[in-house]
Amino acid sequence: MSVENLEQIESVFASTSDELKTKVKDRQKKRLIGEDDEESIQAWQKSDTMVLNFGPQHPATHGTLRMVMELSGETIVKLDPSPGYLHTGFEKLGENYTFNQFIAVTDRMNYLSPLSNNIGFAEAAERLLGIDVPLRAQYIRVIQAELSRIADHLVSIGTHALDLGAFTVFLYAFRQREFIYDLFEISTGSRLTTSYTRIGGLFRDFPEGHEQQIKGWCDQFRIVFDQIEGLLNHNKIFQDRTQNVGKIDAKTAINMGLTGPGLRACGIDYDIRKDEPYLVYDRLDFVVPVGNEGDVFERYLVRMEEMKQSCNMIEQCLRDMPKDGPVNVDDHTISLPNKSRVYGSIEGLIHHFKIIMDQHGIDMPKGEVYHATEAPNGELGWYIISDGKGVPYKVHVRPPSFVHFSMMPYLCQGGLVGDAVAVLGSLNVIAGECDR
Amino acid sequence: MEKNSSDNPTVDKLKATFGSEILKTEMFRNQLTVIVKRERITEIMKFLKDDPELSYDLLVDLTAVDGLTMDMHPRFQVVYHLRSMQFGRRVRIKAPVPESDCKIASMSSLWQTANWFERETFEMYGITFEGHPDLRRLLTPEVFKDYPLRKDYPLRGKGEREVILPEGS
Repeated sequence: MSVENLEQIESVFASTSDELKTKVKDRQKKRLIGEDDEESIQAWQKSDTMVLNFGPQHPATHGTLRMVMELSGETIVKLDPSPGYLHTGFEKLGENYTFNQFIAVTDRMNYLSPLSNNIGFAEAAERLLGIDVPLRAQYIRVIQAELSRIADHLVSIGTHALDLGAFTVFLYAFRQREFIYDLFEISTGSRLTTSYTRIGGLFRDFPEGHEQQIKGWCDQFRIVFDQIEGLLNHNKIFQDRTQNVGKIDAKTAINMGLTGPGLRACGIDYDIRKDEPYLVYDRLDFVVPVGNEGDVFERYLVRMEEMKQSCNMIEQCLRDMPKDGPVNVDDHTISLPNKSRVYGSIEGLIHHFKIIMDQHGIDMPKGEVYHATEAPNGELGWYIISDGKGVPYKVHVRPPSFVHFSMMPYLCQGGLVGDAVAVLGSLNVIAGECDR
Repeated sequence: MEKNSSDNPTVDKLKATFGSEILKTEMFRNQLTVIVKRERITEIMKFLKDDPELSYDLLVDLTAVDGLTMDMHPRFQVVYHLRSMQFGRRVRIKAPVPESDCKIASMSSLWQTANWFERETFEMYGITFEGHPDLRRLLTPEVFKDYPLRKDYPLRGKGEREVILPEGS
């Protein structure tokens, strides 16, 4: 190795830490065939770095995410994630919409599991009010939240496998997701922009016979689930692409704010459904899957097991839920009266008017509340400040994807470009939620 | 659910250690809010993170509040949400920041989560985080110079959409 080469290497790594230098060098040595092939090491060291722009319109980003990578050969020396291409200003909108109007905005946040966002926001607002929704509504919310969790994980795993070259899984997963969207369409009236919850309850009850449809879906899903597992779990290519890639230890993960399946894959048993139960999760019998490696493959396994558990939870809910009853709180200052009362009595009309019209809305108490729910990707927190009007003073969302996307440099530096795609897929970063 | 204040030693320990630096504590809907002086925020957060009986090791969220139309004095508050993995407690720390001196110490050396949250808060509210390694705009383009989440910024913007962004921004 000549002095010239050394200087070149130093200039390349001037902006990077010692730890990363060794990481990159070790990685390169491992990539070489044979022990220490001096010639090829030198060939690599002579090469300059190049800057590669990844996204925002790249299929593997599953949205509009952009990363600027500095590459040395195929190794990522530096990675700078650059979000914001889908920035919509949801928080500014939240300060101008009434609480119920804002639910339509939450759909557009994580567009793989809109119901989770609906439920999370409604829960936060109800916590601010200090009310609980009726029992049947709570069960329905849990069913819908778990269905969206399965849908989200299916897309996550399907697209992740597609990026790594397994096309069949993608088709299996998306077919199932389409069935789930059909179920959503039956219950909420729309596939994607569900806007199903209202402050104090739901937009409407399940239609006649919908419980049987969900039950039937669960039964056939178990068979397909086993097929997806069979396609990936022992697939050598999939394992090679995912094992020991994007590893993170538990302490660093907590410091970086990783939550959800990613944190559980590191061996931390943290699930808000268990640790701070909301709705009826404390009545359900389910297991929180915990990994120990913290790599991409482990995150995949955790997601798979979560789908199984969600399926069980849905069946328990269908078994235990009250067969009928109200789905909205019986309080005219919070939930809208039904249409027959609006058109048939003056009180109903006034109550409707008071909630719907500008400068009115739901009477919220003054105060502030932070409420977190376990969304498919991690902790989805809502921080709402109310000054006693019908419009929130501030709505802030703590999106899991935003935090997870900021971890990309740590997880990818020293790896290959292909690994960055694998890591991005395993974190399941949703641009809409990241940029808000 | 957060624990009740009776079995939560956070307030007592904070008051014992920092005394008058703790301006106010509130409980609302079973959630604890502690308002502290911004000059000592680094020491207070470090204490909350490292004290073995508290060990708030997860910075869940970081944002700011603009109290312009709420008659808040001083105008801004930086809000931190912490969670202790070991004890399952949550706490909300707030530090008032005046408009004339929009500065507060950065938490990015304690939690790497703070890095992006502080960048976002900086671009949305114009609060400078001292000691932040890379305080650039995050979600808005570099040519955008305003602070959109401030209450005096109009909902539809100040006509930025009509201005064609220069090449390369």
